[in-house]
Amino acid sequence: MDFFSVLTDPNSLFLRQTLLVGLFSSIAFGIIGTYVISRRISYLAGAVSHSVLGGIGGVIWLKTVFQLEWLDPLYGALLAALLSAFIIGRFGSGRKKEEIMIGATWAIGMALGIIFMDMTPGYFDITSYLFGDILLVSVRDLKLIIALDIVIILFFYRFYHIVTAVCFDEEFARLRGLKVDLFYQLLLGLTAVSVVLLIRVVGIVMVIAMLTLPAATAGLYARTLAGMMLLAVMFSAIAIVGGIILSYSANLSSGPIIIVCAGVIYFVLAAIKRDKYSL
Amino acid sequence: MSSELPIIRIKDLYFSYHDNSVLEDVNLEIDKGELASIVGPNGGGKTTLLKLILGLLKPQQGTIEVFGTTPEKARRKIGYMPQQAQLDPQFPISVLDVVLTGQIDRCGKGFTGGFPKAAGSIAQAALAEVGLGDFIQKSFSQLSGGQRQRVLIARALCSEPELLLLDEPTSNIDPRSEENLYETLARLNRKMTILLVSHDIGFVSQFVKSVICVNHQVIIHPTSQINGTIIKEIYGGDFNLIRHDHRCDHTGHSHHDPFSGNREQL
Repeated sequence: MDFFSVLTDPNSLFLRQTLLVGLFSSIAFGIIGTYVISRRISYLAGAVSHSVLGGIGGVIWLKTVFQLEWLDPLYGALLAALLSAFIIGRFGSGRKKEEIMIGATWAIGMALGIIFMDMTPGYFDITSYLFGDILLVSVRDLKLIIALDIVIILFFYRFYHIVTAVCFDEEFARLRGLKVDLFYQLLLGLTAVSVVLLIRVVGIVMVIAMLTLPAATAGLYARTLAGMMLLAVMFSAIAIVGGIILSYSANLSSGPIIIVCAGVIYFVLAAIKRDKYSL
Repeated sequence: MSSELPIIRIKDLYFSYHDNSVLEDVNLEIDKGELASIVGPNGGGKTTLLKLILGLLKPQQGTIEVFGTTPEKARRKIGYMPQQAQLDPQFPISVLDVVLTGQIDRCGKGFTGGFPKAAGSIAQAALAEVGLGDFIQKSFSQLSGGQRQRVLIARALCSEPELLLLDEPTSNIDPRSEENLYETLARLNRKMTILLVSHDIGFVSQFVKSVICVNHQVIIHPTSQINGTIIKEIYGGDFNLIRHDHRCDHTGHSHHDPFSGNREQL
């Protein structure tokens, strides 16, 4: 059966749910991605995302060895993401120190994850964590992503002018008396939570691509930060829905296909725009 | 000299980045109503001095008072225009939104977090002041370097400052716009004290009241004293060679001429 007849089939609840997950995660990808691109913290987001494996591994180990059934890998992932975001934000002031902190949390987080899994009896397939599988996303994940979207939209609506001012010229915002560091930590925290929930869609390794490519594509056209956010949500949705359709039809992994879609959209549109903007 | 407290008072200040001494034994007072320019070679400490006055950097020794208090507490009375190089020229933002950030500290505390109603007209007036009244809806990225510079001055004005600090306001501007800019500054000077950084001493000396030479040490000249020798001392050769071997009070000083008999055209 082709994709669209499956989609309209009343029995394929599951595929419709997958599409909903894709569309709702686009909101978070687009808005947080715009912030990540504007603040040039994509590598910071990358480090937060990779450190999540440490949290997941730790939880799986605790759960198996101590029979803690209530433990969910999500808790470990959230803890690891918030912790690494805090470490980089707090101790990584100055370009050189920040780079060291990013490299360290990135690699140590992954290493811890593997070590914990080695220590845990039994076999774990970490592929779905690393590369994501939107087809495995549960109803609970969908609800969490919708809740995240609501928090993100409310936050950026309320603090839009302040976010704009801080992204455009942090030093000037500080001189006007804004609590720039507090905002930075808050937004890093929000970015970390988003990374954790979005990992379900495209995986630890590739979440950084969905936080940069749609927003970068939007940046080719946007004239305001809000416009960039809206366009980034749109490009993100196109890549995800396109990726799901291709992945379903060609029977290929969804995460990588989504990333390639986002990449193709960016490079094609950037090449068309080349006369005006550099890549 | 007025009996009022100086707006900026720096005493016995030393500053270094790690082990590199940038400013040594700086004493400086700027009075209300001053229009002064900081000049000096690259790496001489001009921008560092501005950042110390803003409290973005802390001196290792000495004190800085601005409006009789610490730089942090005085900040909101200061309008600051940074060097453009630190900004992303492609950032998606309108000219109006850039200028409005001068009022960002007055953003509403309510749910919508918007600017107060008056902010829009203050921003518009600030843009008109720098001759960009018609550019309000334009995108910041569409502007020329010189226009962006003026937008950043308007942003500083939008803070309704009592002291205006401008870091290299003429760096992206052609000579005619530069003259317009100085006329604008002279007009603004009736309302506020202005301190600017410039490397273009020849031009700046026609407009400002005093010139502050910064080359690790700080020396003030009334503009009437600016001549070829002083310019040469500020810019020529290695700074060790030209380091001033005497101190003077903040009202100015006279120069030895170590290069007499060997004067070159600048």
